[in-house]
Amino acid sequence: MIEMLAYGFMRNALILSVLASVSCGIVGTLITVNRMSSFTGSIAHASFGGLGLAYLLGFDPMAGATLFALGSGLGLGFLSGGRRMVSSTAMAALWATGMAAGLVFIKLSGTYNADLMSWLFGSLMSVSSGEILMTAGLGAVSLLTVVLLYRELLGISYDMEFTRLQGVPTGLIRALFLILSALSVIVLMKVSGLIMVIALLTLPASVAGKFSRSMKQMMVYATLLSLVFSVSGLYLSWKLDLPSGPVIILISAAAYFLTGLFGRGD
Amino acid sequence: MNDTVIELTGVTAGYSRAHPALRSVNLKVERNQFLAIIGPNGGGKTTLLKVILGLLEPFSGEVRVFGEAPGRIRRSRLGYVPQVIPDRSFPATVLDVVLMGRLGAKPRFRGFGRKDREAAMGMLEKIGIADLADHRVDMLSGGQKQRALIARALAGEPEILLLDEPLASVDPTTQQTFYDLLAELNERMTILMVTHDVGAVSSHVKSIACINATIVSHGETIGEDEVNRAYGCPFELVSHGVPHRVLGSSREVSGD
Repeated sequence: MIEMLAYGFMRNALILSVLASVSCGIVGTLITVNRMSSFTGSIAHASFGGLGLAYLLGFDPMAGATLFALGSGLGLGFLSGGRRMVSSTAMAALWATGMAAGLVFIKLSGTYNADLMSWLFGSLMSVSSGEILMTAGLGAVSLLTVVLLYRELLGISYDMEFTRLQGVPTGLIRALFLILSALSVIVLMKVSGLIMVIALLTLPASVAGKFSRSMKQMMVYATLLSLVFSVSGLYLSWKLDLPSGPVIILISAAAYFLTGLFGRGD
Repeated sequence: MNDTVIELTGVTAGYSRAHPALRSVNLKVERNQFLAIIGPNGGGKTTLLKVILGLLEPFSGEVRVFGEAPGRIRRSRLGYVPQVIPDRSFPATVLDVVLMGRLGAKPRFRGFGRKDREAAMGMLEKIGIADLADHRVDMLSGGQKQRALIARALAGEPEILLLDEPLASVDPTTQQTFYDLLAELNERMTILMVTHDVGAVSSHVKSIACINATIVSHGETIGEDEVNRAYGCPFELVSHGVPHRVLGSSREVSGD
């Protein structure tokens, strides 16, 4: 472990993984209890369209991806009229359209950028200080949101209609949650790429859910599990000379399937 | 008419204008009434509750609760017990769920205070499931969950309690206890209860409205003709001499 930290890029990778765990735990728990994992996968893939567009028009790919993730997240959320269930066809359409548009845009831009692979599969080995700052910022915003609005978030997750009857501005709080989910997808792409970000957000939370009595507890456990999965994944990938994103996902998945064999299923 | 707490005048509502679930419904509910709303599936019973709660805006007509539009009254004056959500895994304790009934009372951006907790625990004790306060809500039986949802509705100290199919997941032996509880609550609050199971309407109910898109009948007693008209098929009511008591469908009766 110590030898690994002799390298600056590994230190950055470790710092980013630790910071990312906070959003994985908090936003991941909300996504999981609201049964929105396919929704998350859908906006992750939709963001690829924004990425392609940015390459084509020559602006920051991160901005393009963020724009598309936010647009598709809020769009899907409100197409469904505030009901929790979003049509699975709409999600599949968006998922594929995002990828297809992205590929066409990139072909049109004429640049086969090597960066593409890191967007798809993650690139923990090349973390910039700006990205660390962004991940820390997202973690702080996630934490602040849940500290201030825990009861309301629990309410809309359990029973949207009843919570609305209590005079809670459910539309606003749901929009906040959708924005937070979209931003998490973008920021966490650094760890695992857009293809696997869905696992990063749902597997630790699902495992945590099996041992938690409250959503608060689930958030804490999911954060700790994310931390363990990503740090051990990073270390293993270093030891075995394997790509870090996939190793982190494989460790999370192993934990998910193992706990799935015992306890209540999800 | 100070005692009218709910008044619907010519209310047409639903999810499609061409086929509204409710057509020109007029309904008046007095304070401390215990009204059972019966009718066939798809007859508009749940729509009626949603219109009263202000969850659904009617296409036409007027809804008044305490003389005001439902959206304008203080939210905690109405307590709503929805149909029990089918089993799904959810990380919250029974107390967490009951506290959701106090969301309207607590200041935003804050947690619940001691007063909220005491009110919620008090309701759980009253409903008889205080020992389950720390249990995960998805581990409860249907009847226990139903009680938890009633406690949640009561936690806001409402003046009107609206229940949607409260007996759907309660076994017959628990039903009587459940009605005794409602009768006790009825001493202090108005109760509207939707059910599609005519056989389950008990002697505690003071009035019955039969609804199938329109109100077919509303009164202290209900005749066979009206229920037949509402359900669109023969439907036998058996009275055992207890006022307002309606028992059994024709199927059950023929088995006697």
